[in-house]
Formats: sequence, structure tokens, C-alpha cells
Amino acid sequence: MDIGPIWRAMLRNKSGFVLIALQIAVTLTIMVNAFGIIQERAGKIDRESGMDEANTFAFASVLFMDYEREQRKALIDEDLDLIRNTPGVVNAIASNSFPLRQGGWSMSLSLEPGSQTPESVGTAIYFVDEHGAETFDVAVIDGKNFSPDQVAWSVEDDNTWPAYGIITEALGKELWPDETGSIVGKTAYINDNDPVTIVGVIDRLQAPWQGWSGVEKSMLVPQRRPSEFVRYIVRTEPGMRDELMPAIEAKLAASNKDRIIRDVVTMEQTRKLAYVGDAAMIKILGFVVLLLTVITALGIVGLASFNVSRRTRQIGIRRALGATKPAIVRYFLIENSIVSAIGLGIGALLAIGLNIAMVEAFSLEPLAWYVIPIGMLVLWAVGQLAVTGPARRASNITPAIATRSG
Amino acid sequence: MLRYYLKLGMLSIRANPALSALMVAAIAIGIGACMTIVTVRHVMSDNPIEHKNDRLFHVQLDNWNPNDPYEEPNEPPEQVTYMDATALLAAGRAHRQVISFKSDRVVQPDGDDILPFQEEVRATSADFFPMFEVPFRYGSGWDRAADQAEERVAVLSAAMNDRLFGGEDSTGRMLMMNNEPFRIVGVLDEWHPVPTFYDLNNNPFDGPEQIYTPFSLAVSGEWGSSGNNSCWKPPEDGGYEGYLASECIWIQMWVELTSRAEKEAYAQFLDDYVTEQKALGRFPRPLNNRLSTPEEWMINREVVDDTVSVLLALSVLFLVVCLLNTIGLLLAKVIRRRNDISLRRALGASRGELFKQYIVEAGMIGVAGGVLGIGMTWLGLRGIENVFSGYDFIDHLVTMDWQMTGLAVALAIVSALCAALYPTWRACRVSPASTLRIQ
Repeated sequence: MDIGPIWRAMLRNKSGFVLIALQIAVTLTIMVNAFGIIQERAGKIDRESGMDEANTFAFASVLFMDYEREQRKALIDEDLDLIRNTPGVVNAIASNSFPLRQGGWSMSLSLEPGSQTPESVGTAIYFVDEHGAETFDVAVIDGKNFSPDQVAWSVEDDNTWPAYGIITEALGKELWPDETGSIVGKTAYINDNDPVTIVGVIDRLQAPWQGWSGVEKSMLVPQRRPSEFVRYIVRTEPGMRDELMPAIEAKLAASNKDRIIRDVVTMEQTRKLAYVGDAAMIKILGFVVLLLTVITALGIVGLASFNVSRRTRQIGIRRALGATKPAIVRYFLIENSIVSAIGLGIGALLAIGLNIAMVEAFSLEPLAWYVIPIGMLVLWAVGQLAVTGPARRASNITPAIATRSG
Repeated sequence: MLRYYLKLGMLSIRANPALSALMVAAIAIGIGACMTIVTVRHVMSDNPIEHKNDRLFHVQLDNWNPNDPYEEPNEPPEQVTYMDATALLAAGRAHRQVISFKSDRVVQPDGDDILPFQEEVRATSADFFPMFEVPFRYGSGWDRAADQAEERVAVLSAAMNDRLFGGEDSTGRMLMMNNEPFRIVGVLDEWHPVPTFYDLNNNPFDGPEQIYTPFSLAVSGEWGSSGNNSCWKPPEDGGYEGYLASECIWIQMWVELTSRAEKEAYAQFLDDYVTEQKALGRFPRPLNNRLSTPEEWMINREVVDDTVSVLLALSVLFLVVCLLNTIGLLLAKVIRRRNDISLRRALGASRGELFKQYIVEAGMIGVAGGVLGIGMTWLGLRGIENVFSGYDFIDHLVTMDWQMTGLAVALAIVSALCAALYPTWRACRVSPASTLRIQ
């Protein structure tokens, strides 16, 4: 069918079409930008922490009675013995934090001794003993795990940093970007002047802050700390977690009444809490996009229905002059395509504009190139679908209408 | 005439129930989406101490790394060191001054009914209560003398008093924390500043602490901070003593200054203090002290998350789509009723009268959309509460007040009237008897 007559007919009654085109334009703007944000957030949630998340849980033990240092050490040893000897436990450690917990310890490493230089690299710190690698389920891809004689209790009133460290591959790359061979045996400086020799490199263990840009940088430190507040991390055999978690909590609570056991969480709960904001944003924006598409579709239906009823006589005349039913339907589909094309064209420009503004104002990532074409295609399809109903009704107008007056 | 137009509007709305319902629904959904986000933002950016905004000042001193600012481009640290906090407190140059931090303590209730539990306790100097106008139900806070004497006293929140003492007047009774007894001197009345402007670190929407003790006592008991704690260089000596003498920042400091002159004098005093410290080898960065009002401080700390601003922008666009939709539908309605309009014009109705008639009708749709929009906002807030259900504080953010309810209705009516303007103008342009000819 010729587009010309349809276009000229539209020009005679512009306002309705202009409104729908604008509506489509703004809908596309919101749709693609919302989708861009959804994509970004979903990508964040998909990152792995490096732990055996399905089979790991953690809890804190808080001493509230005055214990001497040696007593505190003894309690931690007792607790770890009790946990590690429970059937079904793969391994356990006492540490300061773990991935996704959103609270932890950070330090900076530099290649030269001395006060922090601008080139220093930040990293998360996990204090562990030789059981750390197995409990965190990390693979030592270069070098070795800590040997028991490298692990020591911290010394009272002494801030000297332990001499060994195991770092993630990401941290190694940032410290020694040009090194192509092994970084095992190299030395970095922490605490200004304390040297740390890298004894091993692990594949992946995230920092506790999932929102930090350096989330992949962490270091295992072979030190045990006899503080009042201890975080235990327990990895179990597959499927044993839900049974062991309450059992171990009860055992530890009963073994010593001078402390409380709190913050008992599975890694799955920790992950969920860490990403509540991102998951919520995905749900909210998904819902907004859906609602918006429905409203726009209803607007298209409204306008098309109105046009059908206004043109009842003309359609009847066309039918009487020999136009087939499919020809009438096609007329409305083409008309909608023209409106959509204009709306989507304006919308694509608006969407790019909004995206540039949002990237500047809120440091979001720019849209992927394919998001806008896909959005245009989807909205065009929605428009065609919306107009089908009224167009069918139009095609059912009997040619006899033409013979009736006004 | 207005009553007649209301009646006509009602008739016209009833004549096209589907179209009218669609218009009301579009406005309601647009208002609902917009108001949901506006409400969350309104609560987040609220200043709970607005009436003292010109008297309270958050204190920052730049003791940071000479090579590296605390935050780009040149922000001073958000907290102060122990050395500076206590020196400024002892100088006593402001009308009132508060230094405080929070610390995890284990509360051991009497008897075996309640198990020991951990609680975040605020260790603060005495002026906290009068300075932030904290209301008391029983007793009062402690005084500056108690601060200096490191008295073992505590103040409980109303909720904590309910939990531990069943809500009765517990002043004079004892509270055990980490095996040390504290005498309760005061119980607060309901006090829920959102956000907790006096300490915006960590989560400013979690609500205030439930137990308060003197700052000096906490330090003599070697309490650690459970809030933010940053050091640009390691403490020179180990242990708690070394920590107190270090350049680590972990204390929030506020002062109350009653006039502009007093503020200027205090700023000068801070500069003099830092200059004096520079002579002792501290404060390697250029002078960069700052006094911020609660409002300035909340903006500086970006209490309103970027996410909310992104959502606000999108929800405003959403409302625009809903309005375009309504304009389109109203236009369809007007064009369909061209015959009525031209007949009324032919019978003597002026353009002004027609304009009134259609604006009244649009206003009715606006009011209906607004009322329904309040319901939608409520639903939207429940939805937000639901998707954020992992956050404890979310219920503080999803409450609607009268201000927001009024705003929702006003926004709905203004939106509907804006949407009605163009279609109404089109209706008024219909010339008398123009469409009667072909009848």
C-alpha cells in the first residue's frame, strides 16, 4: 500500500499522532536507560566471591568478661578444635571478616618502604592460619599455602606486620603490572616500613565491600589475633550446612557463658543482604518498564479506537469500493509504524542524551550499543500488537455503512 | 454554574467509563510512581534539627597525609583524632561542644529472663543532650563535672528502658555492661531523628543508639570504636595508649555557636590551634579546617543516595508519559464531542464558559487520579519496603506524612489541569454550528 496517502491523512489531524509519538519517545528513553542500569546491576550481582558460598556459614563470638590474653588464646583454640572436630565440617578459621560482609580491614601496600606514596595499592586484609585457604575455598595457583610455622599469634603492643602474605591474582597484577613471570618471592611494604614476602597467589577472594572498585584485591595474612571479638568461618560438606549451623551455635554457646554468639549467617544470606540494593533496583526498574509499556500500549489502543470510530463512514466507503479486510488492517498497521518510527527516532536521541547526562551526574556506565536498537524493535512490536485489536474492528465494518447518511 | 458543570462533568465521565477510567488510572499510576520516590527522598534528606541549623556546626580539621588528601579534591577528614577532640573540648571555646563515638558493648540484664546481648553504645561528652535537644522522660543527662570525674553513669532510650525495666522509672538503678555496673541517671522520651545527623558514618538511617555513657569513662575503659576508623599512618606505639596518641580519626565533633561573630571567632580559634600544632610537627597539610551546619554536612556526606536521584529522574519522566497519555485521551474525547460543543456554542455559550466547563471536568479527573494516586503511592512504598526487606532501616523511609499526601493531591490536580489545557483549548476553538451542517 502507498504510504503517501496515509501520511497526508495523518497530517490533516496531527495532534493525536504527535502525542502518541512523544509518548513512545519518552517511553523508549526510560526503557533503554532503565535497562542499562538493570544490566549493570545484574552484572555486579553475578560476580563470584571465590568462597564455597552454598556450604559456608559464619558467626561472631563476643567475650564480655575480662579475660587475660592467654585465656583468650585458649578459648579460640578450644572453639576451633570443637568446630573442626564436628563431623561434616570441612574446615574452619577464626578471622576478622569475609567477602560480602561489608565491613573489614583495609591496608595499603607499596613497592618502596616509607610513608604512603600516591602509588600505593589498597587491599582487604583477612587474618588466617594455615586452614584459611581450604576454609575460603581458594585455589593457590602459584607458590604455596602458609605452613604452620609461618602462622603466629599477634604480640601485645607490637604493631609489626607479619612477614608473609598470600594475595589475589588481581592484587598482584596491580602491584606488579609489568611482571609476566611469577610474583612469588617478591616483597611489598605495608605499615610504611614492614616488608611482606608473597608466598602464594590465589585465583579469587573478594574484599568484604562489594561496592568498592577494588573488590577483587585481598590479602591473606598469617596472624592469629586474640581479641574479644572473633569471627568464625565454617565450611561444611555439601548439604550439611543447615544441620550444622544451629548445632555448632548451640555447642559454642553452651561451652562458655562469658561470651555471646551472634551474627550467625550463611554466605547465601550475606550475599543477599550485600546485594539487596542492587536486586531491589532491578525489580523496581523492571516493574517500571513493564508498567510503562502497558500504559503506552493502552494509549495506542485508545487513539486507534478513536480513529476507527471517527472514520467509520470512510472505512465503509473504502470497503464498498473494493478494499479487502486485510487492506484495512494494513492501513492501521502502517499508520502505527509511521508514528512509531517518528517517536522511536526522537526517543533514540532523547535516550542517548539522558544517558550522557546520567553517566556524568551519577557515574553510571554508558549504554551498550545494542540496547537502543533492541528497545526500538520491542516498542515497535508492542505498537503493532496494540493496534491490531482496533484495526480488526475496523476491518469488520460493513460496506453498507457507506450507504447510510452521516 | 459550577454545580451545573460538575454535573455535566460527571455525566461525561459516566458516558465514557472505559476512557475515563484509563485517564484516572494513568494519572494515578504516574502520581504513584513519582510520589513514591519523592517520599523516600523527602525522608532521606530531612533535617531533623532544622530549627538549630544556624547554630550547630560539625568540626573538621585536616591532619591527613601531606601527599594525599583524605578525599579528592581536598576534603578534610570527616572525623577528628582523640588528641584534637579532647584538646578542643578542654579549651571550651564554644557555647556547647560534643565529642562522641559509638562502641559495641554487651548488656547483661538482671535475672535469667533476658540473655546477654550486644548493643551499640554512644560514648559522648555531656552537652550531647541539651545541644541536640534530646527529650527526657525520667531524670536527665549527666553534667560536665561528671564527664571530668569519669562517673559511671548511663542514659537509656525509651525502648531500651521498656526492654530492660518494663518501662518504669529506672533512674538510680544499675545496668551491667561488660561486667561493669553503670548507674542510670536518665531515660529518654521517644526520639527518632532520621537521618542520625550527628553521626552520618555507616548507616545514617538505623536510628539513634539506645544507651549513652560519658566519653571520658569509655576512654578510660579502653573502649574501641565500632564506627569508621581511618589512619593515614600507623600509630607509633602499640596498644590503646598508642592509638589515642595516633593520627587515627574516629571521633565526631560538634559545637554550638550562638551568633555569626561567635562562629567567626571559633573558626579563628581552630586556625590558631592548628597553627600551634604545626609548630609541634603535626598537621602537614595546608590549613583546611571546616565548620558545617547539619544541612551542609548531610549534603557533603551524600546522605541521599545517587540511586534515589536516578529513580527520581526516571519517575518524573514516567509521570510525563502518563500525562501525554491523558492528553491524548482527553483530546480524543473532545474531538468526539465536537457536535455537542458546536451546538452549545450555537446556543450562546461563550468560549470562556466552555473553557470553564472542560477545566472543571478535567479537575474532577485530576482529583480522582490524585486520591487514587495516594493509594498507589502507599502501594509503591509497600513495594519498596518489600524489595528492600533485608535492610532493617527501610521502614523509617517508607512513611507518608500529611505534607506528602497533600503534595500528591496537588501534583495530581496540577497534572490533570496541565493535561487538560491543550484539549480544552481545542474544544474552545470549535466554531458555532460548524458541525451541524452535515447532520
